Amino acid sequence: MTLKASERRRARSATGRAVAINGATLVAHAMRQIHPDVVACYPITPQTIITETFSEFVANGLVQTEFVAVESEHAAMSVCIGSAAAGARTQTATSGPGLALMWELLWVASGSRLPIVMHLCTRALSAPLNILCDHSDVMGARDTGWPILFSEDGQEAYDNAIQAVRVAEHPDVLLPVISTQDGFTITHGIERAEILDDASVRSFVGEYSPHRPLLDVEHPTTYGAWDYHDFYFEHKRQQADAMEKALGVIEAVGQEFGKLSGRSYGLVQPYRLDDAEFAVVVLGSAAGTLRSVVDDLRSRGVKAGMLRVRVLRPFPTKAVAEALAGVKVAAVLDRALAFGAPGGPLFEDVCVALTTNGVGPRLVNYVYGLGGRDTLPAQFLQAFEDIRRIAKGASAQPVVRYLGLRES
Amino acid sequence: MVKTLREMTEQAEGLSSGHSLCAGCAESIIVRQVLHAVGQPVVVACATGCLEIATSRFPTTAWNVPWIHSAFENAASTISGVEAAYRALVRKGRMPEKNIKFVAFGGDGATYDIGLQWLSGALERGHRFIYICLNNEGYMNTGIQRSGATIQGTWTTTTPAGKVVPGKPEWRKDLTAIIAAHHIPYVAQAAAHAWKDLETKVEKAAAVDGPAFINVLSPCTRGWRYDPSKTMEISKLAVETRLWPLFEVENGVWRLTYKSTAPKPVTDWLKSQDRFGHLLRPENEHVVESIQRNVDREWAWLQRQCSLATVTA
Repeated sequence: MTLKASERRRARSATGRAVAINGATLVAHAMRQIHPDVVACYPITPQTIITETFSEFVANGLVQTEFVAVESEHAAMSVCIGSAAAGARTQTATSGPGLALMWELLWVASGSRLPIVMHLCTRALSAPLNILCDHSDVMGARDTGWPILFSEDGQEAYDNAIQAVRVAEHPDVLLPVISTQDGFTITHGIERAEILDDASVRSFVGEYSPHRPLLDVEHPTTYGAWDYHDFYFEHKRQQADAMEKALGVIEAVGQEFGKLSGRSYGLVQPYRLDDAEFAVVVLGSAAGTLRSVVDDLRSRGVKAGMLRVRVLRPFPTKAVAEALAGVKVAAVLDRALAFGAPGGPLFEDVCVALTTNGVGPRLVNYVYGLGGRDTLPAQFLQAFEDIRRIAKGASAQPVVRYLGLRES
Repeated sequence: MVKTLREMTEQAEGLSSGHSLCAGCAESIIVRQVLHAVGQPVVVACATGCLEIATSRFPTTAWNVPWIHSAFENAASTISGVEAAYRALVRKGRMPEKNIKFVAFGGDGATYDIGLQWLSGALERGHRFIYICLNNEGYMNTGIQRSGATIQGTWTTTTPAGKVVPGKPEWRKDLTAIIAAHHIPYVAQAAAHAWKDLETKVEKAAAVDGPAFINVLSPCTRGWRYDPSKTMEISKLAVETRLWPLFEVENGVWRLTYKSTAPKPVTDWLKSQDRFGHLLRPENEHVVESIQRNVDREWAWLQRQCSLATVTA
C-alpha cells in the first residue's frame, strides 16, 4: 500500500515544515536530501514505499543518484559494496527476508569498512510467512559489525537516517550503519513530522571524502584480500575497536543534530526513571504506548519508569546500567525470540550490562508483538503488575514470559 | 587493431608475478592477456576462487590495478556497483570522465552455478563491464568437485568414478548460449592457447557500450590430471575435438572464429587427461559414445546458429 497521489504531492513539496506523513516516505525524503551517489534496492513489504518513492525522485530529476534496481537484496548489498569501495556515498533499504538474504554480505561490508547506510523496516521472518513487524530480522544482523539505531517514530526514523551517514563515515568508525523503523507501525503510520530544509541536511551530512577509493586508478587499492590465521584475528579486533568508538560518535552526532533540529539524541532515552522502582526496557515504536502506561501508573502513585534503548549496537552497556541502577525490578521487552537462549536478545544484553557494572535490579523478560501482534496498554500494565509482585516476593520464574499470547 | 606480442610484452602487467597459482595453470595467462587487451585504466572484480585466493593473500597482492573481491557469487553485481559509482560521480562532477574499463573474473562454479542470477541481473541492467568466465570445468579451488560446466563422465571428488556410477552423470549446461539469450552486445567463447583470438574478442568486448561476456576454457593441471607442461596442447585439443568451439555473438550475429579442417574424435581429448581414465575401459564405452553425441549435437546447433545469423544479418 502506498500513498495516494495527493498525499505524495503534499509530501514532495514539504520541506522545512511540519507535515502529516508516514515513516517510510519520510526516510525517502531523508535520502533525497542526503543525495547519495548510489542507491541499490529491491522492493519488499513493508520497505517498498522507500524504493518506490526514491525511484520517483530519480525519475523526476530531483536527485542525480545512480539508482540500481537490482534483482535481489543479495545483489543490492553486492552493488552497495562495489559502489562504496569505488568511493561513492551509498545506501540501501530492506526488510525481514531481504535482510536475511543479505546476511553473508553484511559481514563483507563491515569487514571491508565500507560506510554504507541501510534503512531497515523491521519485519518477521518465515516460516510461517508473515509480512508484519517484529525484530527477528534485525536481531539476525545484530552481530554482523554494523552499528544499529532504533527509531521510536517516523520523526526519529528521518532524523536517524540523516545521522547514520555521519556515524558511518566518521574516520574513527568507517562502518556500515543500519537505521531501523518498525514495519507498518512506523513505515505506514501517518503522523506529524518535521522535514528539515534541503540545504540544512546537505550541509549536516557534508561532502563525502572516501578512504582509498577503487576509482582512484592512479593509486590502485586491493579490497577484499583474504587473511590466514596470521592476520584475521587482528582485523576483527580493529573492527571491534571501531565499534567501540562508534558509541561516542553516535552520541556526539546526536547532540550536533540537536543544534540543527532542536531534537537531540543520546544512546538511551530514560523516561521517569530518576526515582523509579519498576521499569521496562524497550526498543522501537512500543515506547510510545509504554510512555502512556508509565504516566498512568505514576498518576496512581506507582514509581514506574521506562528505558528506551536507541542504540542496539554498539550496546550502550554503561548508560543502560546507570539508568537502571536504582530500579528494584525491571521487565525487558523483546520483539523477537531467541530459540533455546536464556532469554530474548535485548534481555541478554541488559543482563550483561547490569552484571558487568555491578548493579542488580531483578530482571524478567517479556516477548511481545511477534508477527505484528498488537500490544495494548493493558498488556504492558500486566507486565508492570507482575514485576511489582516480584518486588514483593513473588517468584521471578519463568524468566521468559509472553504478552498478548493465546496459550490454550 | 589487435596488439602485437611485442606490444603486449612492453605493457605494464596488471597481474604481477609472485602469485601462488599452480605451475601450468592457464588462469594467470588468460588474465594477463585480457588485461593487456583491455588496457588501463581498469578496475577488476573477482569472484571467490583459485584466481582470487592465489593473488590476494594479505598483506600481499599481485594486482597492480584497483581490485575488489566481495564473495563467491556476486562478482557481477560488485562490479555493477563500481560502474554505477563511476557513472554517478562523473555525472555529479565529482570526478572527470576517464574511460575506465570494468572487468569481472569468475570461475565456472561462480558463473555457471552459484553466481548465475547475479550475472543475469547485471547483464539485464546493462552495466558497462566485461565478464570473463575462467572455465576449468569444476570447482578446483576447494578440491576437484563437479560444477555445471563439468561434462558427463568426468571424475571429480563429488562425482567419483565408482562401481555403479562412472563419473558425472549429466552433460553440461550451455552457459554461453544462456548468456547470448540476454541479447547483450557481445558474447564469445575463447581458449587460453588462441591468444590472438582471445585478445581480439576482449578488444571487441571493451569497445561496446554495455555488458560483454567471454567464456574462456582454462585447463587445470591439478583437476584435469595432466603434466603441467601440456596446458596449451590440451587447450588446443579441446578446440580440435569441437568440445570447446571458438565463436562470438556480436550484436546477435553468431560466427565461428575457428573451424578445424580435420576435427579429432573426443577420445583424443579423453585420453589426454587422467580425470577421464576410467572412461577408456570397455564397460564405459557407452559414456564415451554419449559424450561424442553431445559434442556433435552442440556443434550442429552452433552451425545452425551461425548460418541463421548470416541469413538474417
